[in-house]
Amino acid sequence: MADATELRDEIPSFEEQPQHEHGALDWSALTSIRTAKSALEIGTIVLVAAVVFFGLEGILRVTHTAEFVFPRPTSVVKALFVHDFWLLYGHHLWVTLQEFLIGLAIGSTLGLILAAVITQKPFVEKIVAPYIIVLVTTPMLALVPFLRIGVMKSFSIWPIVVAVSLASGPMVLINAATGFRRTDLAKIALARSYGATTFQIFRKIRFPLALPMIIVGYMVGSIFGLLTAVGGEMVSASDQGGLGHQLIFFSSLIRMANVGAVILIIALLGVSIYVTFFLIGKRWASWES
Amino acid sequence: MVLTSSNGTKIAVRGATKIYETKTGGVHALEDFSLDVREGELVCILGPSGCGKTTLLWALSGLHALTRGEISLSGQPVNGPRPAEIGMIFQEANLLPWRNLRQNIEFPFEIKKQPADAAGIEHLVQATGLAGFEGSFPRELSGGMQQRASIVRALAQKPEVLLMDEPFGALDAFTRDEMNLLLLQLWSGSGQTIVFVTHNISEAIFLADRVVVMTPRPGRLARIYDIALPRPRTIEMTFEPDFIELIQDIKRTVETGGHHVVEVE
Repeated sequence: MADATELRDEIPSFEEQPQHEHGALDWSALTSIRTAKSALEIGTIVLVAAVVFFGLEGILRVTHTAEFVFPRPTSVVKALFVHDFWLLYGHHLWVTLQEFLIGLAIGSTLGLILAAVITQKPFVEKIVAPYIIVLVTTPMLALVPFLRIGVMKSFSIWPIVVAVSLASGPMVLINAATGFRRTDLAKIALARSYGATTFQIFRKIRFPLALPMIIVGYMVGSIFGLLTAVGGEMVSASDQGGLGHQLIFFSSLIRMANVGAVILIIALLGVSIYVTFFLIGKRWASWES
Repeated sequence: MVLTSSNGTKIAVRGATKIYETKTGGVHALEDFSLDVREGELVCILGPSGCGKTTLLWALSGLHALTRGEISLSGQPVNGPRPAEIGMIFQEANLLPWRNLRQNIEFPFEIKKQPADAAGIEHLVQATGLAGFEGSFPRELSGGMQQRASIVRALAQKPEVLLMDEPFGALDAFTRDEMNLLLLQLWSGSGQTIVFVTHNISEAIFLADRVVVMTPRPGRLARIYDIALPRPRTIEMTFEPDFIELIQDIKRTVETGGHHVVEVE
């Protein structure tokens, strides 16, 4: 007979189609930004960037602002393209990227599994909810010195990896849980009528239905994860360094052009992460919009 | 009670009663409803909304259990979904929006872990005029085309029994006529038994061998009409005086719950 959790013994009603409630936190705007398509729009965007770049350069030259107060855009670019790029930036980018990717992989996997499990049991969900809110709202980079010195006693990248997991996991969890809470009675009934098992219903109905929200979760989680990785390195870097470490290092030497270069790399990293998930969403969840 | 499938009875419903437990108490959706559906017959269940039509269909499909009463299909009691014998067609098309038409049509094969019947699907896609749209996603297609795809999805399983829950209710009148003709064309000679739920009297008469009229809250059997219209049926038949008279008669039955019949006599 129909499983209690899938087809509740209620009056079959199709009035409320898939519920697109996003819970208290609605991050779905992240995936639905309007993007430029025409040549005019793209041209204008490039023009704005050029105006900002050369405008800033002009103002800084005219006012004879010192490089250590505000580096000129051209100096930042020059500081970026140097022969020891790998030593100054490349190696550190790689360290930050490792912390971010491993942390996101662990955190998001746990978050996803937990979301799928707790949404099946309303009791568990209610018990877990306050703890998730604590995890979501606590800035996890604050934990890095404690993890490094107190818990893990290690100068490796792992304390930061753990912090990144703790920052990104709950974000994936709350968004995925919102997705899994969507119930489309008619679609579940369809699968049941063909004899689908509980697992088949999960894999072929509930998961695809939740996928757009899961992708939003990954997007938000990765933004928090990158923040935690860089911030964690600024607070307590591993012996490998990292982009956050370089930011502090160059600041202490008042090498502001290098600081600008590091910020530029972090910004580009953030944008590429966003674009990656935006494209994934376009490919796998474009049916919803 | 012993249920038999003798003399061509495909589906036997005996004393079907369904009470849904809600926060505000029990909702009596179906009350002591009995019906025999013969093999190869097209029966329309007709009634206003809230008369337990969908409840009856969900009970027939084994998706929901009855509170009291029994249902048997081919002599076997229905205790759960019977994917080998039953195909369901739902209100709206109920296609999966993340799958294209072909993937939607192949969905039941995936669930049953069977290889898709490519030749059978191809034949049905041609017959329903969906050829060339196999790669399209549901949102790119009209409501009528979506419902065609959902019919193909069900028929590709070669079900003995087709349960249809107001499948054309969301379509405009012209598309609905078109879909009704298509359904009859696909059904003729197939030997399939169809239980078709609708609230549209004209549609019920046009399609059915028998129209079963139900009363609302609780859903009871009001009256069964035998439809003598010859087959194949045409849209022109719906303009005949006899047809219109029958619509009026059934409408009175729906409104009075079948009691006017007694008054007339």
